[in-house]
Amino acid sequence: MNDVIIVGAGPAGTSCAKKLAENGFSVKVFDRRAELGNPKRCGEGLDERAQEFIGKIPERCIAQKVKGARIYAPNGKYLEVILKYGGFVLERKVFDKWMAEQAIKSGAGIQANTLISSLTKENEYFTGVKGEFLGEKFEEKAKIIVCATGAESPLRKQALGIFSKANLIDTCLQYEMSGIDIDSDFIHLYLGNEMAPRGYAWIFPKGIDRANVGLGIIPGEKNPKFYLEKFVDSRPEIKKGSIIEVNAGCVPVGGMEKEMVANGFLVCGEAAHHVNPIHGGGIKESIISGQMAADVISECLKKNDVSKKALSKFNDLWWEGRGNRLKNVEKLREVVEKLSDSDLNDLADVLKPEEIMEFSRGSKLSVLAKALMRKPKLIALARYLL
Amino acid sequence: MTWSIETRKCLVCGGCVSVCPFAALELKDKVLFDEKLCNLCGICEKVCPVSAIKVTK
Repeated sequence: MNDVIIVGAGPAGTSCAKKLAENGFSVKVFDRRAELGNPKRCGEGLDERAQEFIGKIPERCIAQKVKGARIYAPNGKYLEVILKYGGFVLERKVFDKWMAEQAIKSGAGIQANTLISSLTKENEYFTGVKGEFLGEKFEEKAKIIVCATGAESPLRKQALGIFSKANLIDTCLQYEMSGIDIDSDFIHLYLGNEMAPRGYAWIFPKGIDRANVGLGIIPGEKNPKFYLEKFVDSRPEIKKGSIIEVNAGCVPVGGMEKEMVANGFLVCGEAAHHVNPIHGGGIKESIISGQMAADVISECLKKNDVSKKALSKFNDLWWEGRGNRLKNVEKLREVVEKLSDSDLNDLADVLKPEEIMEFSRGSKLSVLAKALMRKPKLIALARYLL
Repeated sequence: MTWSIETRKCLVCGGCVSVCPFAALELKDKVLFDEKLCNLCGICEKVCPVSAIKVTK
């Protein structure tokens, strides 16, 4: 019997496993994929400050270091946001394995290619999982099951019911392209509700001639493939390249829930919608969420109480530490998706890059509200932000 | 009333699985569909990044 079983070996699962193992608990992590980190569902960008949580990321995990982001208004004008500590574009299949190795070194066990199909329950407590490894079915028990599976999460549905509101999911498609020309000192974000309704297009460099070129939108009449092809076709410096990988996925852009635990069960990371709702970035949020989960679980195991009530400290901790801030960002996203392309162009003229950075962290939204107030038809949106 | 998926188009990204309000879809090495749970709401068709799913009412 394990103390903890974690389902999903992405950043949330492995950061949770590492901390639990360091605290002396027995941890087993299962992942559905044959290779950790692959296929990626991710633009692979990460703020360098994430290292405050996981330590120095080895060079081999990093495809490209960047100074910051260029954010393009629909008319092509861009604002340059310089990150104080810089940022990375990762190689996820290397990074995720490194994260896994960190957990293993601390004493956790990890097994890839293992599909966990359901939770087992006894006396109102979740007590284990049912899974399959290379055709062999098995059952394994633990005091607590952590669901860190990413957005598609039957386990979360089984334990906590339906989470997602369908309108809070953006659908994304990304080509990893080689043989392109791109300024590799920056990640490039292209806004425009005509080009990418509710979302944006991105180019994340992975070297001077290689990048993740992708786009996310609110699900609608046309699919992301339609918009991504248009985006690529309109840029000769990208269009001339080759597609060396295709990634797709859906990302929750809001809809964080108050309740993330049940008796013997906890959900964290993207499975709990712990994603930044304006840019869809989830690696750092997942790491923070996974580590918070580990803190609460360690406490509960020490007290030998894995009830919903004891685990609910995770709800409080996460909402206080991250949730309230991300809820602000969700509001920001709701406002931005209602802006026309000409509104966005006008905002690009009056806002400063540092302010945009603050907005994406859920702060200084009053500055944006003030800028919106300049246009009478946007006053209602400005009020909503305040 | 039918649900169908073009497996050659499908990238097995799981987007449809994450949005299904009825837990009628499951992700293995491909997307598995449980007819008994599905109510043909069509949200999976809407989110599919490559339009591999078709739902007809």
